[in-house]
Amino acid sequence: MSLQSAIESGKFAISCEFGPLKGTETHEIKENIEVLKGKVDAANVTDQQSSVMRLSGLVTAALCVQGGLEPIFQMTCRDRNRIALQSDLLGAWVMGIKNVLALTGDLPALGDHPQAKGVFDLDSVTLLSAITRLNEGFDMSGNALTGKPSFFAGAVVKVESNTEASEELQIAKMQKKIAAGAKFFQTQAVYDPVSFEKFMKRVEKFNVPVMVGIIPLKNAGFAKFMNANVAGIRVPDDQIQKIAAAAKEDREKVGLEMAAVLIKKMKPMCQGVHIMAIGWEKKVPQIMAMAGL
Amino acid sequence: MILSEQKPLEEIQAYLEKDKSVFILGCNGCAQSSGSGGPKQVAEMKDKLTAAGKIVTGTKVIDFLCSKALVKSGLRGRVDQVAAADSVLVLTCGIGIQAVAASINKIVYPGCNTVNMGGTRGEWEGSERCNECGQCLLFHTGGVCPITACTKSLVSGACGGANKGKCEISKDRDCGWELIYNRLKAKGQLNRLADMIKPLDHKKIMPRPEMMSTPLYALENIAKPPAPPAPPAKPANTVKEVKA
Ligand code: SF4
Ligand code: SF4
Repeated sequence: MSLQSAIESGKFAISCEFGPLKGTETHEIKENIEVLKGKVDAANVTDQQSSVMRLSGLVTAALCVQGGLEPIFQMTCRDRNRIALQSDLLGAWVMGIKNVLALTGDLPALGDHPQAKGVFDLDSVTLLSAITRLNEGFDMSGNALTGKPSFFAGAVVKVESNTEASEELQIAKMQKKIAAGAKFFQTQAVYDPVSFEKFMKRVEKFNVPVMVGIIPLKNAGFAKFMNANVAGIRVPDDQIQKIAAAAKEDREKVGLEMAAVLIKKMKPMCQGVHIMAIGWEKKVPQIMAMAGL
Repeated sequence: MILSEQKPLEEIQAYLEKDKSVFILGCNGCAQSSGSGGPKQVAEMKDKLTAAGKIVTGTKVIDFLCSKALVKSGLRGRVDQVAAADSVLVLTCGIGIQAVAASINKIVYPGCNTVNMGGTRGEWEGSERCNECGQCLLFHTGGVCPITACTKSLVSGACGGANKGKCEISKDRDCGWELIYNRLKAKGQLNRLADMIKPLDHKKIMPRPEMMSTPLYALENIAKPPAPPAPPAKPANTVKEVKA
């Protein structure tokens, strides 16, 4: 079942994500495809995540299509102007890629080529408008296309904000993304079902499917690092203590179980889950089994 | 105010590698305020280059190197010193360096980097910046410029990168969109957050080519004489002939 039909039929949709490597070695990608296909509904392919240069996400997503794993092609506005974005979108469709996740993208200064020019000709909202326009058979300048795509477009939203302005800006932008054509949302990783419930109460009325983001904890240092440095992530203290208390040999199992518990708790509140395993991609089926998915 | 800072000495020495002698020019305007090319820095540069084995044929600090008229009049008494030098090192902003290079028949080297202040023309005390985008969006943003206040110049709202009100680029930089939010809230205009703003028109951000030759763009451009009347349009049949 495709991601679109899973979401539209009301099934609890499951996605995961992985990033291409730096270099031409595609062995790891193919292994991930083998482990994940038939298990998840779709897998996000990241786009030079954290502004670190890697193999093209478009090519990796095409490899997923060939290998039988439905990709969600992540597209940021950091590296391409509107001409290149539209052109790559047409290319993606030709390669059998149906899902696109529109993102603004991080600043190049945060990655491994900090000297690079950040493009940001479009942003997540205007990119969604461009995708909608392509689906209608026109480019952004209104020129007719010869053959048009029919993308299923999604976007992201942060659940945790640490200022009023940030929270309100997230909600306002979510509404704009919907107006521009977002048909589903994936969230930044959530660790607190109570704040997720509050968030869902606020956005329920928008009537757009939300897939809750999950990042399994690996150790306490990892959690503390995310708390200090990753916008929109807040791991509550009790979860940090729990992973810290686990014996080294049990830590992985505990981390995966904690992720499964979060999924179980939040499943009734939303329409899907997005598991970002960060190096543990092959353990996604295990997390799913633990969560009863 | 245009902010400039001196280039590392090694970089300047590399420019001067093949030169035996140099003349040093500084500026009493912004470069002095920047601490990059006032009288003090020019004297220090003279000592450093002399110590490095160069012959400094002379130095001069002029008020406003950005004015070519002042560059020329200021150097009038130093013509021989300038002529005796293999090159001229200019310690000031990019406009001043360009003005000097355009004013004298000498090889001119930049001694400073001009630091991006995110749009500076006409400002002094305030933190407000304008990048002259030619499509002012302040109506939508409570009078806070999204082009200069947001690191990515986003027009549709905040990215997800802000943490505790600060931009993802640095804890020292406020998130421009949070400033916009707070301003809109203070003015009772939060409804503006729903405005769908079109992507920026980058053609409008470039200086208009047709304006660049007029005194509007630069006072040194004298108004051009009116264009001669256009030749009479060719009869339609000649066009057909050309096509055939
Ligand atoms: S929106 Fe454009 S014109 Fe208006 S202040 Fe900002 S850069 Fe200047
Ligand atoms: S964190 Fe704020 S200022 Fe920085 S790029 Fe994102 S929206 Fe712009």
